[in-house]
Amino acid sequence: MSSINLHFDVPGDDFTRAGEASGSVKKTLKDLGFGHDVVRKAVIALYEAEINLVIHAGGGQIDIEISPECISMVLTDHGPGIPDVALAMQEGYSTAPDNIRSLGFGAGMGLPNIKKYTDEMKIDTKVGEGTTMYLKVFNT
Amino acid sequence: MTVKDIIEKLELSVLVEGDLSREVTGGYCGDLLSWVMGRAQSGDCWLTVMGNVNAVAVCVLADCACIVLAENAALDEDARRRAEMQEVTVLRSGENAYRLAVKLGEIL
Ligand SMILES: Nc1ncnc2c1ncn2[C@@H]1O[C@H](COP(=O)(O)OP(=O)(O)O)[C@@H](O)[C@H]1O
Ligand SMILES: [Mg+2]
Repeated sequence: MSSINLHFDVPGDDFTRAGEASGSVKKTLKDLGFGHDVVRKAVIALYEAEINLVIHAGGGQIDIEISPECISMVLTDHGPGIPDVALAMQEGYSTAPDNIRSLGFGAGMGLPNIKKYTDEMKIDTKVGEGTTMYLKVFNT
Repeated sequence: MTVKDIIEKLELSVLVEGDLSREVTGGYCGDLLSWVMGRAQSGDCWLTVMGNVNAVAVCVLADCACIVLAENAALDEDARRRAEMQEVTVLRSGENAYRLAVKLGEIL
């Protein structure tokens, strides 16, 4: 298998569409024959990051490269950026407003979950310019 | 123990029927979606009051066996459509998550 590239545009503030990218990637990975655990890790991390694009950044883009060895996911937005990444990574830290919490989000567990389920996680962010997140899950 | 067995033993109503022959290997209670994604296990029966479209997405991604809406919690219309499309089993009970979990623990 050569590598496969997927691209998704994620609209801001549309929670009914959030999860479409992750759902579609799950199907692709299953069809390609990736193992159950690898698929689960990759799509949970992707969904958390996708939801963050919707809640915190007014939408963004997702680019995915799937090779036999690795699922590589890049999420880019032009939102407000993250002023203190170490703080944002802490379990329970969240700036999500109450209306988001009533949907079941905003527990401050998204970035920790991404960390937990990926093999590599890198955040490039600049306040006022946006955030790019690089995620990798290796096919073990 | 399959989803079908659990429907019978816990006397649940079926709102959306997915794979009822799916094996249930455990249970998880919670309404905060990131907690569920971080802690629930594949094959869990998920007890919650969260009946929105995001809960359906979480069930798919976390690979839970089914959603059980406790205390007759509502299933949103777009959540129902998404569940039908993705073949997620959504069940409902008048009992609270604690009582359902106790019963589930007795039979699993
Ligand atoms: N793409 C992003 N753009 C700007 N801020 C972000 C982004 N992703 C995360 N954050 C910040 O990091 C915090 C923690 O994120 P997360 O752990 O996913 O928790 P939650 O989304 O539940 O608030 C968020 O509340 C927000 O302040
Ligand atoms: Mg989040």
